[in-house]
Amino acid sequence: MNHGQARRADSHPASPRSSRHGSRGGRAAESTPASPDVAVPPGEEETADHGADTGEQPAPPRELVLAKAINAALRDELTEDAKTLLIGEDIGALGGVFRVTEGLQKEFGPQRVVDSPLAESGIIGTSIGMAMRGYRPVVEIQFDGFVFPAFNQITTQLAKIRSRTLGKVAAPLTIRLPYGGSIGSIEHHSESPEALFAHTAGLRVITPSNAHDAYWMTRQAIRCDDPVIILEPKRRYWLKGLVDFSTPAQDAFTAQVVREGTDATIACYGPLVPVALAAAQVAAEDGRSIEVVDVRSISPLDDETIARSAAKTQRLVVAHEAPTFGGFGAEIAARVGERAHHRLAAPVLRVGGFHMPYPPSQQEHRYLPDIDRMLEAVDRSFSYPRR
Amino acid sequence: MAHPDATGEEHAVQPIQLLAPDGTLAEHEVYSPYISQLGEQDLRDLYRLMATERRMDAEATSLQRQGQLALWVPALGQEAAQAGTVSALRSTDMIFPTYREHVMALHRGIRPDELIQLFRATAHSGWNPHDHAMNTYMVVLGAQTLHAVGWAMGIQRDVAAGGTDQGHGADELVLACLGDGASSQGDVHESMVFASSYELPVLYFIQNNHWAISVPASTQSRGPLADRAAGYGFEGVQVDGNDVLASYAVAAHLGGQVRQGGPKLIESITYRMGAHTTADDPSKYRSSEEVESWKAKDPIERYRRWLQAAGHADETYFSEVDQEAADVAADLRRAVQELEPLPLEEAMDAVYAEPHRQVETDKSWLKEYEAGFAEDGAPARGEGGAR
Repeated sequence: MNHGQARRADSHPASPRSSRHGSRGGRAAESTPASPDVAVPPGEEETADHGADTGEQPAPPRELVLAKAINAALRDELTEDAKTLLIGEDIGALGGVFRVTEGLQKEFGPQRVVDSPLAESGIIGTSIGMAMRGYRPVVEIQFDGFVFPAFNQITTQLAKIRSRTLGKVAAPLTIRLPYGGSIGSIEHHSESPEALFAHTAGLRVITPSNAHDAYWMTRQAIRCDDPVIILEPKRRYWLKGLVDFSTPAQDAFTAQVVREGTDATIACYGPLVPVALAAAQVAAEDGRSIEVVDVRSISPLDDETIARSAAKTQRLVVAHEAPTFGGFGAEIAARVGERAHHRLAAPVLRVGGFHMPYPPSQQEHRYLPDIDRMLEAVDRSFSYPRR
Repeated sequence: MAHPDATGEEHAVQPIQLLAPDGTLAEHEVYSPYISQLGEQDLRDLYRLMATERRMDAEATSLQRQGQLALWVPALGQEAAQAGTVSALRSTDMIFPTYREHVMALHRGIRPDELIQLFRATAHSGWNPHDHAMNTYMVVLGAQTLHAVGWAMGIQRDVAAGGTDQGHGADELVLACLGDGASSQGDVHESMVFASSYELPVLYFIQNNHWAISVPASTQSRGPLADRAAGYGFEGVQVDGNDVLASYAVAAHLGGQVRQGGPKLIESITYRMGAHTTADDPSKYRSSEEVESWKAKDPIERYRRWLQAAGHADETYFSEVDQEAADVAADLRRAVQELEPLPLEEAMDAVYAEPHRQVETDKSWLKEYEAGFAEDGAPARGEGGAR
């Protein structure tokens, strides 16, 4: 299957209804480099040999693309714990279709970096068996839409093994799941299933939005004694950022204010964080001060941090790529409403996909939340008077 | 001897049989030597195990009828298949059962009060899998075959790393149990692909009891399930599952080969003489003639006849076993009445290994809510058990 299409991410032509904010150069303000092809990262070094954290001095901070930051995290965990292993389709010699595991099989051998048969349920189910025996498997599912054949193993088995046995059997398994749209691919390659996993008790679900978080959240996920699903924002694999190898910014299971503001808050995660930051930049030129919260952890949800921000600015817009109906934004809106209703000037507004299967990607630019859609929601929020 | 399947057709494959329904023992070049290695005590223990489980099984069925159990899954008729197979394993060989392997559970030292918790609905599992080398019962059909294969991947890696750190021998095997119904599940297929491709020490044990609730085995497969193994590149053998000696010998023989690496499959031809569970009525879907024809092949009667005729046991021995079985049944009845439901708080604490905000929030809310009832003068809800 051809997973890649030569379409530029985030550089779609302006939609006809975008004139309101288009004049402010909204889309152009987004700093993410476009990808010409999902499978071949442009102009990136072969390895991220920053020196594994083996008790010596950590490597100095280094600028890496997000995919290479994950690669470095995997290398460091494989180095430090002989019981950690990687398993997935095409992750060995090929290095994964996104090259996230590039070079690791050569370094650690085929028993530690395992090319699996093409069988998603098999990958998760066998990893559960290995985890029961004391291993820490890190699974790569090739694409979001292919996780569903393994959905049963994840929800009826992985999520429940610990509670079923009252903690006597652990399932410390990490599932890496490239997710989200805007890579110009075909059906089943652009979905956002976070709400399905967040709704399943027993799982943890996190999503980094930048290289530094990608490095540390991956390491923290692998070390966590619970099963963790890392939703990797695939359109951000080539987003460069400075990774400080000496210390994580914070715990993986918390939210973070990534831009301070006073007039409204946009809460989002993964692929949309750069969009929100760009929207905040555009709004600033209009004299509006937008705070941006990177939710980072879907389950557990750090609703306290989000509610605190919303209470401060009195306005909250929640954005994600998944359809809004029954989506995770509804959970955030409800929880923030419960915590801070009396502090809000406007209802929590949601920006997300439509109630339809992910569209053919020639139309995805009209489906996905962008700067204009976020700012439109901010405008709507401002149509309610301040308290 | 050929076994008619549920449609009355004859299988082309001849199941291995040593002990005929009339209690006469035949010689087999490959399998008889395994029987001649069994001492008198071993031979008697096989009978004790089967007879004890049958008595306990009847007690559990009565307890369900009296409303003491939420459900019971009878193993009536499948005693020899399980007793012979489990007796051929080492105590460190991990078993991944379905929900009907009561004979195996008793053999592994799982007490009636531990076994019954799932069915009493006081807990999802009453034993620690690591203590008995037997996983918890599996309600989702076929899911456990992948866990078994993953466990075997762990064995393979432990051995490659120079030994095991769990006190197991280097030539451990894993028993993956399933039924004829589960053989239609995709997970079983995926597990066989993994087991074969990685040459893993997995012994598949299909108890073909002819009925998946009301659906006959012929709907799962038009050919012998044993033949499926060849499609994955390994050997499958059919055995008369109502013959405890053949069940033992075949498991011992194939198990020995599995210990050298690579999976094998046993299709044990047996018959579920009772209902699928206490929730169904088998008279609605199968003829009394069919049931009568299998009663004539009863595994325990057949074996008892041979034990007596061969002078391995006398009436005194059988009376002793009857008394022991009655004691186990009494233990079960007592346990059912004494079992307390697992407090909801403990179940909540077991969902995650590390603290999770939403679980903590729910737990505090429940505590406060129930404390509110106590303040009104009534005892707090949740205290002193719900029953």
